[in-house]
Amino acid sequence: MPKRDLLLAHANERDLTQLGEYRAVGGYEPLEKARAMEPDELIDELVASTLRGRGGAGFPTGRKASLVDRSGARPSYLVVNADESEPGAFKDREIMRRNPHLLIEGCLIVARAILSRNVFIYIRGEYVTEYEILQRAVDDAQADGLFGDVDIVVHRGAGAYICGEETALLDSLEGKRGQPRPRPPFPPIQGLYMSPTQINNVQTIATIPPIVRMGASEFLKIGPENSPGTALFSLSGNVVNPGNYELELGSTLRELIFDVGGGVPGGREIKAIIPGGSSVPILTPDQLDTPMDYDSIAAAGSFFGSAAVMVIDERCCMVQLALRAEKFYMHESCGKCTPCREGTRWLVQILEKIEDGRGEYADLDLLDDVGSRILGRSLCALGDFAVWSVQSYLRKFRAEFEEHIELGRCPFGGESSIEGILAPSDQHHRPIATVPA
Amino acid sequence: MTELYDEIQQFRARYPDSRSAVMPALRAAQERYGWLSPGAFREVAEALDLTPAYCKGIATFYDMYHLEPVGRHSVEVCTNLACALVGAQRVVAAFEHELGVAAGETTEDGSVTFRTIECAGGCGYAPVVVVDGRYREPVVPEDVAALVEELRAEA
Repeated sequence: MPKRDLLLAHANERDLTQLGEYRAVGGYEPLEKARAMEPDELIDELVASTLRGRGGAGFPTGRKASLVDRSGARPSYLVVNADESEPGAFKDREIMRRNPHLLIEGCLIVARAILSRNVFIYIRGEYVTEYEILQRAVDDAQADGLFGDVDIVVHRGAGAYICGEETALLDSLEGKRGQPRPRPPFPPIQGLYMSPTQINNVQTIATIPPIVRMGASEFLKIGPENSPGTALFSLSGNVVNPGNYELELGSTLRELIFDVGGGVPGGREIKAIIPGGSSVPILTPDQLDTPMDYDSIAAAGSFFGSAAVMVIDERCCMVQLALRAEKFYMHESCGKCTPCREGTRWLVQILEKIEDGRGEYADLDLLDDVGSRILGRSLCALGDFAVWSVQSYLRKFRAEFEEHIELGRCPFGGESSIEGILAPSDQHHRPIATVPA
Repeated sequence: MTELYDEIQQFRARYPDSRSAVMPALRAAQERYGWLSPGAFREVAEALDLTPAYCKGIATFYDMYHLEPVGRHSVEVCTNLACALVGAQRVVAAFEHELGVAAGETTEDGSVTFRTIECAGGCGYAPVVVVDGRYREPVVPEDVAALVEELRAEA
């Protein structure tokens, strides 16, 4: 299976967090090349590469850059989305931890393309170690004179999934509550501080130096025609060797889970696979030969998403899994749009009722009905994520939902792999009696 | 002016609009005082020419700001899907047993605040436990007693 290192090349042999080591393997040469090119040429190169965003939505990166208003009427900004919070995804963390200069170099290249002098990297607040590594790399690169007239600010989040949504991230970065904005206007026209803004995921930006180095025509030879390049696949769940693996796009789920991941512990059967983070529709073992690229996963009824592959073995109760997922979306709904704020709460209540053995057949239709009233009715996709996941569980494992209703209890009877899991929303927040000194 | 005030002015200088400094300012205040008291909000507000209510409105939106006093140490267990699939609930139970508190509570001696959290981005190294902001990956129930011992020794 096609393993290929673009993002983590040399990271196993060298400590690439050190500027000298990164330079020793040709680091910052692509930046030099980019600075010798005209911004338009650079954007043409990105368009020609057909690179698609690795954050989840898969929007063509070059096209996004070409939309940025570079008239100079207002300053343009580059914002990097390092608020990695999709359940299952831990790839950006690996890039920042092990190859931070690759991200910084990508930022400087894109800043040149869109004529930006201000770059903001919005890193999730929980990534403390990654922040320290990245900030040190930023300081080193700046001290080395690599920035020119560009400034890079690393901005730390404070715990909110919604801030990975691009417009919520912009509001958060502006010092507001991180809630999504209506679109249009889209960020390339009016983004951060009402100015033209390019916003990309960490991995997308980190893929740009290799593209500039090899040229778009070479990049196009990697992976399938419509989804060139590599991705860092985050493999988790019931698998022998979980972790991040960089593979060419188009590698199959089976190759990742079995050849790289070593299969399921104890030889247990796979029950379901989440192919792109918890927000995407779930797949079943008969779909293991699906190539992992944007078009093939879409054809299989799901999304490439953030390439976060979660393996679920036969011991898991799907109603419990759905309930845990929905509690997450309920907790993370920012509250701005009624369908998502209220709808996610409804989904949790219905699923709780079914899992507790109080469910009726009508509740299954109610799940679908509530879902249909959330889908497409909010400013961002968070509510859609909540519905895509639960509706796919229901569609593919309807018999299991029905069994809960038929028996009047959970058929797993305390033996499900995620039995009794406690979500943050279940916590009793009791303040302590005395203020510690 | 206080040290915190000076620190916040440095954050301010990094952004085209000073309002953007509210998150780093709140973090700095929390690191200094342990939690965001009404006094902390007044200090942050004054340093940024905002109102305390505005600053509190920001803090309430995010999970990492403490709006009430917390223990000297913090233990957080991720219970999202990837961690749940490999036994996070048993890790939660082990901490509840060792600490003698339920998730969301602080031990009586004020040494440890224990809570469950949403996905921390360590799914490949699950179950993930975050101790005082640093990830321990993976943590199994058998590790919990020693971990709690370590915290008590420091407390």
